[in-house]
Amino acid sequence: MSDTGRSDVIARARLFAETELAPRAAEFDRDEFLPQDVITKMAANGFLGASIPTAWGGLGLDPLEYGELTEAIGKACASTRALLTVHTSIVAGTLLDLASKRLKGKYLAALARGEKIGCFALSEEGAGSDAASVATSYIRKGDSFVLNGRKKWISFAGVADLFLVLASDNGVPSAFMVERDMPGVRTRPMSGFLGNRATHIAEVEFDDVEVPAENLIAGVGAGFGFVVNTALLHGRYSIAWAGVALAQAALEEMCSYATRREQFGVKIGTQQLVQKMVADTVTNVAAARELCRSAGRSLARRDADAATETIIAKYFSSTIAQRATSDAVQVLGGNGCWSGYPAERLFREAKILEIIEGTSQLQQILIADVGYKKFARKA
Amino acid sequence: MRDEVVANMADVMVADAAAKIRGYLRENMTAFQDVELDDEDNIFERGYFTSLFAMQLLHYVESTFDIEVPDDYIILQNFSSVRRLADMVGELKASAGE
Repeated sequence: MSDTGRSDVIARARLFAETELAPRAAEFDRDEFLPQDVITKMAANGFLGASIPTAWGGLGLDPLEYGELTEAIGKACASTRALLTVHTSIVAGTLLDLASKRLKGKYLAALARGEKIGCFALSEEGAGSDAASVATSYIRKGDSFVLNGRKKWISFAGVADLFLVLASDNGVPSAFMVERDMPGVRTRPMSGFLGNRATHIAEVEFDDVEVPAENLIAGVGAGFGFVVNTALLHGRYSIAWAGVALAQAALEEMCSYATRREQFGVKIGTQQLVQKMVADTVTNVAAARELCRSAGRSLARRDADAATETIIAKYFSSTIAQRATSDAVQVLGGNGCWSGYPAERLFREAKILEIIEGTSQLQQILIADVGYKKFARKA
Repeated sequence: MRDEVVANMADVMVADAAAKIRGYLRENMTAFQDVELDDEDNIFERGYFTSLFAMQLLHYVESTFDIEVPDDYIILQNFSSVRRLADMVGELKASAGE
């Protein structure tokens, strides 16, 4: 695709987000349901295959362009953006990086066109941050693997056709592509979440599910070191841009409100303490966006430091998104605490980013480790 | 005679790869790890690196030695020591006819 074609995609995504998503985002959140027509339109526009190469039927956006698209969608609706994170970034991105040609051929084109929806079945009741401790098991049986176990809090599991599943055989973690139609796969919807409410979150049960050996991603034992880390790298990059999206949305809410709302006979935006919140948000959004762009350029070059840059971007962006959305609520006051304005939804959505795809505390540990490696003077 | 020369060249290539990999691992060990890195040491089991580093190693060997690691080679065991990494690089180079 030409440069013009790619910038057209991003312009189209912005228009779609403003006209189709933003007006309905509160409804999706309230109903805890992302309607099928939204998923269908995301697919029809090619957005669900945005970062997948054209050879596999995607739009072939580079990481930087894909990030901009993620921001455009995420600014309007966090749940729709989460579909990009899970389906496009994590599932398709991991298959692209690590799957055999046969497995790519089996699923990638359908994922790119949005004919099949993918989700990432990693978390379990006892395996959150400690993802390597998954209890879901697999055993080899002839030309297949048999999976047993239960996953929890899986975004889009309620509507997904394909599950990227991490399982363990006595401590040897491996990852598989599992189809919803395979006998023994069951999902149960979950509700009552703080944010990402419309993302069809569900529990997934695998009861003697027989998966063909060709559905193994990379080799036996590659599940955590390679597959999960690759999936989380793609997921964290997406979440980093999601933070920019929410912070930008919060900035626009607080600026719009502060320039109209009068108290004590003056616009509240003229108050210096309100200006401080606006100034901090403007600065933080600009800084977060630049960190995301830098990570995007590193990912495009496949730099060895790309994972580190992505972690830093995710940590900073999710942190300032929480701050920005909190300040937006503060500027809007009572209206900020009411669902008649977007600020309270943005606030709830931002908190999710500090937890999903690795908590901020885990990112801090990883970043500190990078600090010691790079900046400790050698004796 | 020719086979011997080819075998020697392969040994030199593996030794060269091992030296580069050793240097890269040492560069990336933290300030808390003031240890001698042996070529046979399992870097993950000894706690020198977390499995997060495995992906970085994959990118490193692919870009440094201009190879594509096939999906069935992508298991932690092949990335767990200097020796295993160098042997894998040597094997992939040899299968590519280099």
